[in-house]
Amino acid sequence: MTIQQVAEILDARVLCCEDKLDTEVKTGFGADMMSDVLAYVNGQGLMLLTGLINPQVVRTSEMMDITCIVFVRGKIPEIPVIELASARGIVLLTTQHRMFGACGKLYSAGITAG
Amino acid sequence: MAAITLQYIVDGKDFVSCGRASEQVKQNLKMLAFPAEAVRRIVIAMYEGEVNMVIHANGGVADVEITETLVRVRLTDTGKGIPDIEQAMKAGFSTAGEEIRELGFGAGMGLPNMAKYSDSMVINSTVGVGTEVIMEFKLD
Ligand SMILES: Nc1ncnc2c1ncn2[C@@H]1O[C@H](COP(=O)(O)OP(=O)(O)OP(=O)(O)O)[C@@H](O)[C@H]1O
Ligand SMILES: [Mg+2]
Repeated sequence: MTIQQVAEILDARVLCCEDKLDTEVKTGFGADMMSDVLAYVNGQGLMLLTGLINPQVVRTSEMMDITCIVFVRGKIPEIPVIELASARGIVLLTTQHRMFGACGKLYSAGITAG
Repeated sequence: MAAITLQYIVDGKDFVSCGRASEQVKQNLKMLAFPAEAVRRIVIAMYEGEVNMVIHANGGVADVEITETLVRVRLTDTGKGIPDIEQAMKAGFSTAGEEIRELGFGAGMGLPNMAKYSDSMVINSTVGVGTEVIMEFKLD
């Protein structure tokens, strides 16, 4: 599905890179530990769901070729973090759903484990 | 292709810019048209090492040598050193405290991940003096 569809399923707000909402995402990974993202993630068309909002979430995503980050539990990072993502073309979304609920909704809609 | 050498100073006090060296290496390798799979291995391993220098050693220096057949990443710091390297290499071993975990690191997965993604890895460390990590990545 597209990131646009992800945003609709999660009632999410887009924080940057609106021009990239038609990018396809196939798989997702949910974690608050970037250590785990670096150690376990593989695959392409990947999106990250996390409650962590520091700059290393964006750096880690850049290294892993993650194209979309969904912040759960209504979290919103500070402006410099949004700018970091914007400069790298990584779409940021924020949703009120908690981790389990957000992952569940996306899994039911066909997103697989990345 | 002549060997390319790059050097980056990794600031130990700046958690925001942590990862910039690895990102720049990624851009260089992509520009040189290295295979995506190789680029991925190299930058994940280097980023783990870069983060380690920032969170465990107050920063350091990254030296990267790129040839057609080999990429060598050397990370040196003058941090606290690693008392028991064998123990540090075990998956799950970490000395990270709560404040590092809150930043999303400290699962004890970095060094094993670096060993997994590199073709060879050597760690030299002296407590109170510093740590040197050398990783080599073969390209064929
Ligand atoms: N450059 C370094 N200087 C001093 N100690 C280090 C350095 N790199 C690693 N260590 C020590 O080795 C341990 C294991 O490192 P490793 O990268 O595997 O895990 P971590 O950094 O604690 O957690 P993670 O990498 O999963 O975020 C660290 O907790 C730390 O004690
Ligand atoms: Mg580490």
